[in-house]
Amino acid sequence: MSTSRFNQRSIAPVLFLAPAILFFMFYVIFPIFQSMQISLYDWDGLGEKTYVGMDNYVELMDDEAFYTSLKNNVIWLILYMLAIPAGLFIALFLNQTVFGMRLYKSLFFFPFVISQVVVGLVFTWFYDPSFGLLNVILGWFGLGPVTILGDETWVTYGIIFAGLWPQTAYCMILYITGLNAVDPEQIEAGRLDNAKGWNMLWYIILPQLKPATFIAIVVTVIGALRSFDLVSIMTAGGPWGSSRVLAFYMYEKAFSEYGFRMGYGAAIAVILFLIMMIYITFFLVKMYRDEKGR
Amino acid sequence: MFPTPIERRSIALQRMYKTALPIAMIMWLLPLIAVALTSIRSAGDITAGNYWGWPTSFNLVQNYSDIFTNTPLGNYMWNSVRVTIPTVIGTLALSCMSGFALAVYKFKGNMLVFFMFVAGNFVPFQILMVPVRDLTLQMGLYNSVTGLALFHIAFQTGFCTLFMRNFIRSLPVELIEAARVEGVKEWRIFWFIILPLMRPAIAALAVLIFTFIWNDYFWATVLTQGAESQPVTAGLYSLNGQWVAAWHLVSAGSIVAALPPVAIFFLLQKHFIAGLTLGAVK
Repeated sequence: MSTSRFNQRSIAPVLFLAPAILFFMFYVIFPIFQSMQISLYDWDGLGEKTYVGMDNYVELMDDEAFYTSLKNNVIWLILYMLAIPAGLFIALFLNQTVFGMRLYKSLFFFPFVISQVVVGLVFTWFYDPSFGLLNVILGWFGLGPVTILGDETWVTYGIIFAGLWPQTAYCMILYITGLNAVDPEQIEAGRLDNAKGWNMLWYIILPQLKPATFIAIVVTVIGALRSFDLVSIMTAGGPWGSSRVLAFYMYEKAFSEYGFRMGYGAAIAVILFLIMMIYITFFLVKMYRDEKGR
Repeated sequence: MFPTPIERRSIALQRMYKTALPIAMIMWLLPLIAVALTSIRSAGDITAGNYWGWPTSFNLVQNYSDIFTNTPLGNYMWNSVRVTIPTVIGTLALSCMSGFALAVYKFKGNMLVFFMFVAGNFVPFQILMVPVRDLTLQMGLYNSVTGLALFHIAFQTGFCTLFMRNFIRSLPVELIEAARVEGVKEWRIFWFIILPLMRPAIAALAVLIFTFIWNDYFWATVLTQGAESQPVTAGLYSLNGQWVAAWHLVSAGSIVAALPPVAIFFLLQKHFIAGLTLGAVK
């Protein structure tokens, strides 16, 4: 009896884990290594693969479009962070208990629930130079019209702005939840000490919102590096490739009319993966520490 | 509460707040409101450039029936359902079990397996793109809802395992210990003791995964093409190419595509937010 129980307890986790691990290995873990391997080949996706060593990476070093994409990724990463203070701001604005507040909160959260395809279409339309709402409003002040999505300097900022809309909503909801859990006694104590406004926010509220801020940073970085949908829908990388990001450029190289260059595309993906890896490692280290601290 | 509850402030400030609130909301949702209004305009208004004036006629029924009768939008919607529902069920089944195993059993490599799921969940899609497309082609599942759903199940399992494992960890261990002393078999502990307690987590994840998968665009374009298998996100994009300057139809299509996740969100808001904000409060 006791041995069978012991066996059961050592076999049970294997059985419970097997399906998930098999699926995950097959579709997620192995493909990462396959991509690394493919990046060393010249391959059109159908015919024979030709081994070319590091040639794809060497070519990348001289690829103007690669640097444009990389630069845009950095801009995305930096500007996307604005979603965090913006989300906090809206959360503070909405953290009241007036009539209908629940509905207001859900409506503010709305942009996050709808697909990025819809967000992209909505904003393409918002920016349209002849009738878009943006230019109508600019027109009232005697400005414009501006062609945001057709202008090499502005296009990336225009797309990021569209992306900030749902992302801010996401951060807002994280902070609203966080604010609900803030210890009221500490706030009262702070009030007795005459802490107000900024000081209160900075010294008493924000430290307690740390978990929310952490999650907000995590999801915002991921969102910024995954920025594919909006670029694809709003500009398809244009004009003249000026709004490409690595995720989109990779797709373009591998699948579009520019040539089915799987190997080259995989090389770009490996670079993107390595950038992400820095960040994943940071996250795992933090998680490991938290687990140990339990 | 922070900031100071508005009831404790002056009447003037309260009035100001209550006026600012709806104005802020309208500004926040302005792009969406514009789309909703455009979706009921007539084609004549669109060609005449009457985007912001009073519509010459209200074509709510006509526009919305147009997109369903003259385009495969209905097909696309149905494909989305066929991808999303099996993905939700499959992912939950896999991650309930894996989360249980990782939370309850101490074994060598537990942490390693857990970290594999967590790390895999963060990888950029692009590094999976070429091999996954190739795999799907080889299995003969390219351009099928099955191929798309299988991949989604595998990928979402990463995030869901993380979620489930942490949830089960917060349950009282004594429960399991007591059951073991009684001689209850491990799978029965899972099925009769843990699973019923996981209901809130299951509800939260179901809503969340539904939204994620419904809104997925990247994998839809990589693994499917054509109206017989494309989900509505990818479908909407190809329709957008055909409906050049037919913004009233694009708008109506966008609204229809956005409706299911929006409806789910409003109906199951509590679960949705519980899922999304996991970890936002210590």
